Amino acid sequence: MAPVKVHGHPLSGATATVIACLHEKQVEYEFVSVDLSSGAHKQPSFLALNPFGQVPAVQDGDLVLFESRAIIKYLAKKYEGQGPDLLGSTLAEQALVEQWSQVEGQSFNSPCSAILFQIIFVPRRGGQTDEAVVASSVEKLNKVLDVYEEKLSKSKYLAGDFFSLADLQHPVYIHYLVNACGKGELISCRKHVSAWWEDISSRPGWKKVTEMMKP
Amino acid sequence: MAKVKVYGLPFSTCTARVLACLHEKEVDYELIPVNLMAGAHKQPPFLALNPFGQIPAIEDGDLTLFESRAITKYLSNNYEGRGTKLLGGTVREQAIVEEWCEVEAQQFNPPSYAIVQQILIIPMRGGTTDASVVESNLTKLSGVLDVYEERFSKTKLNYLAGDFFSLADLHHLPFAHYLFNAAGQGHLLDSRPHLKAWWEQISSRPAWNIVKLNMKK
Repeated sequence: MAPVKVHGHPLSGATATVIACLHEKQVEYEFVSVDLSSGAHKQPSFLALNPFGQVPAVQDGDLVLFESRAIIKYLAKKYEGQGPDLLGSTLAEQALVEQWSQVEGQSFNSPCSAILFQIIFVPRRGGQTDEAVVASSVEKLNKVLDVYEEKLSKSKYLAGDFFSLADLQHPVYIHYLVNACGKGELISCRKHVSAWWEDISSRPGWKKVTEMMKP
Repeated sequence: MAKVKVYGLPFSTCTARVLACLHEKEVDYELIPVNLMAGAHKQPPFLALNPFGQIPAIEDGDLTLFESRAITKYLSNNYEGRGTKLLGGTVREQAIVEEWCEVEAQQFNPPSYAIVQQILIIPMRGGTTDASVVESNLTKLSGVLDVYEERFSKTKLNYLAGDFFSLADLHHLPFAHYLFNAAGQGHLLDSRPHLKAWWEQISSRPAWNIVKLNMKK
């Protein structure tokens, strides 16, 4: 069986999330690097994979998929028989996994990405970090993490007592927040979020991703 | 069987998304209004349903759920045997439905939300529309809608995920309704004939006709 092809970039959060899922599900893959700095993601050959011109895109046989959260859902379903179950075993569990996946996509990601963008990417392009944007994003993220703290005081992982896609969607963003943005206290000041972060970032699948991300 | 309880407001976009799904699936429900004006959504009884203090939330038996796009997926799975099939049949079809659900959530929603916020919601609360925010989001949204138009025109498909109506189409209904009508951005459809045909089709479905009665035109 031909390995899954991932078209992505080692520094792309969405790419890292897909790679993490492939490792969890023990699925062989081939990584095809897309040269973002030369605009390869806006060229016709990549747009044929993702018309929105964003990494990652994945090829599995003749199926092409984009949007990292849709890709990991597909992988978790198709490769259900291998690795841990990331979807939940009952309809109720699956619904809770979906709910917390949406929380990441709708509430966690936006303020977190804004912080990463201002602190990491803007200076890299020769601009200046907008501290007001960072401050308001930190405020928003604090409110979201307060809810996480409460939830994680009641269950080991977000959707229940099992690691799921909802948890898997987080590590790359927290990794950059803590290691590249100096915002580790957002995590460390929260006992249960800290413990959860310690747990999910120690998973072998995640450790393999951090190796890929190293320059 | 006890009715599904929906905590929300019928003219709220995210509540309407859930109601549209309930109607498509022919599932009985009871709508329990949440008094946003009085701040009910930030009070303990509601926070017990959704700790993020946002409508809607649902109760189905002893399951409580929030996030409208998770609720619609749950309803589509739990009531699979009834009404319209909304998720796709094969693993492949389901993957493409998921993909275009994410496109709605990640590409279409942010600029649409920003435009509707500026043009309808802020003035309603006594503030002033920021024209530059509207402008920059219209540019973003136009780029997204160009991809939709290209997809419909190249594939000749009638719906986003294939030749079947799915959650991927349904999720667009509430914000697109306000965007193209009350927020005055119907011009986005004028230069995109395939997009316009898709919109006309999905917005005239019987389930949506019921839900939009309670939404400002």
